[in-house]
Parts: sequence; C-alpha cells; structure tokens
Amino acid sequence: MVVLDVRDVVVRFGSRTVLDRVRLTVDRHEIVALQGPSGSGKSTLLRVIAGLLPPDGGTVHLDGRDVTPLPPHRRGIGLVFQDDQLFPHLDVEANVAFGLRMQRVPAAERRRRVDELLELVGLDGFGSRSVTSLSGGEAKRIALARSLAPAPPLLLLDEPLTGLDAALHDRLAADLGRVLRATGTTALMVTHDGAEAVAIADRVVTLDDLTPGGR
Amino acid sequence: MDPDRPSLTRLPAGIALPVAARVALVVVPSSFLAVFYVWPFLGLVAEVVDGSAIADTFGRPGLGRVMWFTCWQAVLSTAATLVVGLGPAYLVARWEFPGRRLLTALLTVPFLLPTVVVGAAFIALLPDALETSAVAIVIAHVFFNVAVVVRVVGGVWSQLPADLVAAARVLGAGPWRATREVTLPLLRPALVAAGSIAFLFTFTSFGVVQILGGPTRVTIEVEIARRATQLGDVSGAAVLSLVQLALLAVVVGVTVRTQRRASVSIGLHAQASPRPRTRRTRLAVGAAAVTVAALVVAPLAALALSSVRPGGRWSLTAWRTFGDGPARPGADLGVDAIGAVVASLRAAALATALAVAIGTLAALAVSSARRGGRLLDVGSMLPLGTSAVTIGFGMLITFDRAPVDWRGEPWLVAVGHALVAVPFVVRAILPVLRARPVGWREAAATLGASPLRAWWEIDVRLLRRPVLVGACFATAVSLGEFGATTFLSRTGHETLPVVIARLLGRAGDVPRAQASALAVVLAAVTTIVLVGVELLDRPTDGGGGGRARRS
Repeated sequence: MVVLDVRDVVVRFGSRTVLDRVRLTVDRHEIVALQGPSGSGKSTLLRVIAGLLPPDGGTVHLDGRDVTPLPPHRRGIGLVFQDDQLFPHLDVEANVAFGLRMQRVPAAERRRRVDELLELVGLDGFGSRSVTSLSGGEAKRIALARSLAPAPPLLLLDEPLTGLDAALHDRLAADLGRVLRATGTTALMVTHDGAEAVAIADRVVTLDDLTPGGR
Repeated sequence: MDPDRPSLTRLPAGIALPVAARVALVVVPSSFLAVFYVWPFLGLVAEVVDGSAIADTFGRPGLGRVMWFTCWQAVLSTAATLVVGLGPAYLVARWEFPGRRLLTALLTVPFLLPTVVVGAAFIALLPDALETSAVAIVIAHVFFNVAVVVRVVGGVWSQLPADLVAAARVLGAGPWRATREVTLPLLRPALVAAGSIAFLFTFTSFGVVQILGGPTRVTIEVEIARRATQLGDVSGAAVLSLVQLALLAVVVGVTVRTQRRASVSIGLHAQASPRPRTRRTRLAVGAAAVTVAALVVAPLAALALSSVRPGGRWSLTAWRTFGDGPARPGADLGVDAIGAVVASLRAAALATALAVAIGTLAALAVSSARRGGRLLDVGSMLPLGTSAVTIGFGMLITFDRAPVDWRGEPWLVAVGHALVAVPFVVRAILPVLRARPVGWREAAATLGASPLRAWWEIDVRLLRRPVLVGACFATAVSLGEFGATTFLSRTGHETLPVVIARLLGRAGDVPRAQASALAVVLAAVTTIVLVGVELLDRPTDGGGGGRARRS
C-alpha cells in the first residue's frame, strides 16, 4: 500500500530548476534511500514533502490524500534534520515529548512514551540531560527519538549519519536500521553515502531515477 | 579574559612595556576621572550627609508622584518598545531583500539622534492635544529605543537556525505555537538585555520628558534639574540623584541576575536569510519594509516641514532669521542661533579632543597594565551608568568655589561632554586592542624592535581607525548632550540642544519654527558624523562596541 506519492514535483530557485517533475512512491513499512551527490536537490525534495517548501508545481499525496496545500504541522510527517535541530532551551525529555505535547497527549502517557523511545535508541535515563551536553552520536539518537515519538506515518531523514566518525557511523547505521524496522516505520532517507544506503534501506533510488528522461 | 589570548601582562619582560610607561598610561585617565567624576560624586554625597536633607526631601509632597511616574512610564515605554521592535527586528533579521542594510541603518538613526531633536520632532508630528502627554513621552521613547531591539534581539534572531522552527512545525506546532514555544524562549536572553537597556534609558530619560512632558509629567531626572536650577534646592536634588543611582543599581543587579538565569547556551552563527519566494511573501516583505521606513522617517519629515510652516503657512522666516535680528518687529527671540551653532561646534571639538585623548590612554592602559588597568576598565565605564543630569549637577556644585571655581568657564561644558563620551571611545578601541594577536609584538621583538618601539609600531598604528570611530561617537555625543549641559552651560555660550529646548518652551509659531530649523541643523550635523562611523566601522569588526546614547 502506497503511503507517499510524489507526483511531478517542480522546484525552481530563480532560473535554476532544482527538481524537475520528480515522481516517487514509498510503500508502507518500506525504507527508501535517496542517494546522490550533495547539492543535487535531495534535501529540497524532503522539504517539499514535509511542507517546509511550497513546490512550484506537482503534488504530494500522503495515504491517498493530497497534502500539498497543508502547512507542515497539519501533515504529521516526521523529519530528522541533518544537524539534529534539538531545541537548546529544552531538556532531552521535553525535546522527545514535544510532538506528543502538540498532539495533546496526556502527561502520564507522554512520559511513558518518552521512556520507551529513549530505551529504543539506547539512551534510557537521559531524560533530564541538557541537549547541549550530548555527544554527536547521542544528539542524533535523541533527534531520531523525537521524530519517532508521535509515530508519524512517514519519517524523512536528511543525511542522518553525516558528520560522525567512522566507528560511530557504522554502529549508528546498524541501530538506525534496527529502530526503523522495530517500529515498522515507513521512511525516506537522503544520503550521499552509497554503502550507508544499501545497509539500511530496502530500496535505493537516485534523483535521476525519479526524473523523467533522467537529468 | 580569554585564556587562549594571552594579555600583554603575561608577556615576558623583554616584550612587555616598561613599568614606567604602564604607570604613565594609567595615571592620566585615572586623574581625569578622579577629578571630574569621582570628586563631584563625593560632593553629591557630602551634600546629602550635610544635614537633614533626606528627611526634608522625602517629607515634601509630590515626590511620590514623581517616583511613580518615573517608574510606570519607564515600564510602559520598555514594554511598548519590545512589542513594537519585534516586527522590524524580525523583518531585517529573517528576510533578505533589497535595501535591507539601508533599512537596518535607518532604524538605528533615532537611537543616535540628540534627545531634543526627537522631542522637537514629536512636537512637530503629534497633534496639539497629544503634544505634552504621557502618550507622547512613551511614543518618543519607543521611537528612540526600537533600535535597541532591532540590534540586540535582531542580532540573535538572525543567528537562530530557521530549521529549529521547522523542526517544531513538522512536530505539529502551528506558526504561532512554534514562535511561542521555540523562537521566543530562545530570544528571551536578548529580550531581557534589550528590555533592560531600554528601561535604563527611559528611566533616566531627560530631554524627551523635559520637552514632551509639560509641567505635570516629571521624572526623577527632570525633578533633579528643576530643584537644582529653578528652586535652588541643592540638597534635595542631591538626595534625588543618589536615590536614582541606587534604584539604577538595583535594576542593573536584577537584570544581570535574570540574564544569567535566562541564558541558554546555543552555538550561534550567522545564518543566511531567505529571499521571499512567492509573490505574496514578496509583497508582504516589501510592504512591511516600506511601512517601517515611513514610520522612522515620519517624525523627522514632520520636523523639517514644521521649520518652513509656522502656523500652517509656508514661510522661510525661521531659516532667514537664523542669524540674528527680530523674528518680526518687536518680537526678538532673544536667541543667538549662529552663536549656538558655533558654541556647539566648539564644545564638540574640545570634548572630542579630550574624550579621544583620555579614552585612548585608558584603553591602552586597560589592555597593557596590571591591576590598575582592570580598575580603570570599570572606572571608565562608570559615566555610562550615571545619568547625565547627575554628572552635570555634581560638577556644578563641586567646581563652584575657589580654587576650582570653574562655573564661568566655557570649557567646563566640554569636560562634561567628554566625561559622557569617554566610555564610547574606550569601547571603540578596546576590542581592537584585545583582538590583536600577541604574536605581532613578538614578531616585532624578534625583528629588533624594543618593547616601546614594538608598542608604537603595532598597537598605536592599529588604533588609527578605532580612534577615529571613537572620535565620531564623541562628537555625536557632545553635539546632542543635553542633561549635563543644562547645568554647565553659561549664558552666551549655550549649545544647540539648550537653545532648542528653550525655544520649544516658548509659546507661538515663530519660536517653534525656529526650534525646528535648529533641530534640523543639529540632526543633519549629527547624521553626517555618524555616517562617518558607519563608513569607518565597516572593515574591522571591532569598533563601535558601545552604540548608546545619553539624554
């Protein structure tokens, strides 16, 4: 069953066409890696899907519904940012609970869910830590937990493992695959690293594959 | 001090300045501050200790009203400034559009204008019914201090990653919710900082309140001047000066503590702002920019207009009678406009020379001396934390008996101005001195320069630009200085702000047009000087650390 259906999305920055009639579908429980060199427009596509960037043409369907006119907070799509973007004024628990709070989940239920997610990403007991005290790897895990907390129907990941040293990268890549599968998350991951794409994803695509006539 | 940046005090003996030179650097500015700041301050204290002045002052009715008005107008002005300032701060911090830098500069202009110019501008702009009212005072204060919000809050805002808000949005927060839950908490330290600066300025505001307040709306600052100059109640004024100083100290203490608690450590760095992409956002950004610019320009345009429209008719009388002579037969203004311009320029020249000399020596001393330097660092900033009225008043009552009976000396005004301006000069120079790599002096030493020679070749030469920036600030401060000048200026040597305020106090269209014309001249001269700062300040990022104004 198709969760995400991107139809003929066009994005232009001035005279430059970054995305040219891009088409992509992602099935439920599928993990798709979008691979390509940096600056090729992969992140732009994620922002269009998340609703952070209105496309110049085309539509985005989520669970069969056209969400193109919806603002990001009405789409319910999760996004893990390349540089985490943890809220520095909130502790780890409040960061992970943020999306639940927006959904008006009761406090007790929120706490249970946060504990569950911290355990899932291997950081149980980190709840009261300040996010500025986290290491690079820990911050990534918290960013993942925060995006997974509201159980989004689709999770977008923008270069989730960039900027980590080699050993940490491999361990985190394995963990990421495990967590996504354990939660049955439908995911679209952007990466420039082919090995990483193959290690985590069910299917690897490039922007050329998604653009009619290639590029 | 930054441990990675060795100060000159820790240099090996062969590279550090000789002790005698360091002492000499400390002594000159310290003496200046001691004579013209510390001594008058002690004079104020002595005046209070002298008798039953405290009981007398507080026993008199009306004081409660003055304190109450001072506080609530400051709170209201500050709150209004923060609310009004957020819009333009957001605009110039978060959007890239043609003319953005120009708009930012334009928004800074009001903050640097002389207080009497702003007072005169709002007299010209506001309808007669509002002319002397609390509303007028608050509006003028907002006009003045919005620049603080734009610079301080906008500065942080432009460095907040846009994706932090995006992260909140994809987690289900609407635009308003994301602002409330993410943007505002992260801006809080900046808001507190901007708010406390605005509060300090509006709490001690003198020129604006004097001109727009009328006889019934009196702040502590205005009351000090009234008692000292009109009622001859010197000890009462002294008591109020110290009360105000104590209140200010409390405010500063509280804000410093709040600041410490509110601060969130986030690694901030410059972010690229988006250009508006869609037609709608382009229109919105454009309309907002034009509106903001119009709001800033309106009072100044009204001021210029009122100088050529006395009583609602076009007339160049104010400009034609600029020099001398009666405005119309039998109605002598009793004001020597050209004389005031000359007096202002003369005071500014002397004050600038003094402030630059003292400020430069102080900055050099602070950066190269040991303990005395640190004390001087704080000492040279003190005049900034003291209201200008208190400074002028202290000098007035101290230098009134032989052998220091200097009240009749025209240079005393310039000394007062210099005192107010020294912190600006120090702040312009010190960052440059502190940022210079110690390696340069070491390199000079290995190339055969003696410590004194290395100091001359490196430090002194580095200073040319920041000293010029400091000089421009000092000139602008002196030209607009009103609080201290009220006490120190002598008949026949009145500066422009004093004359403008006097003219505004008169009834009739002619004096008012004349005041507007003079205010236009003062604004123009000040602007020219500050454009100099902008031009000089660009390439090195060190200067202009102390953009602030005195009333």
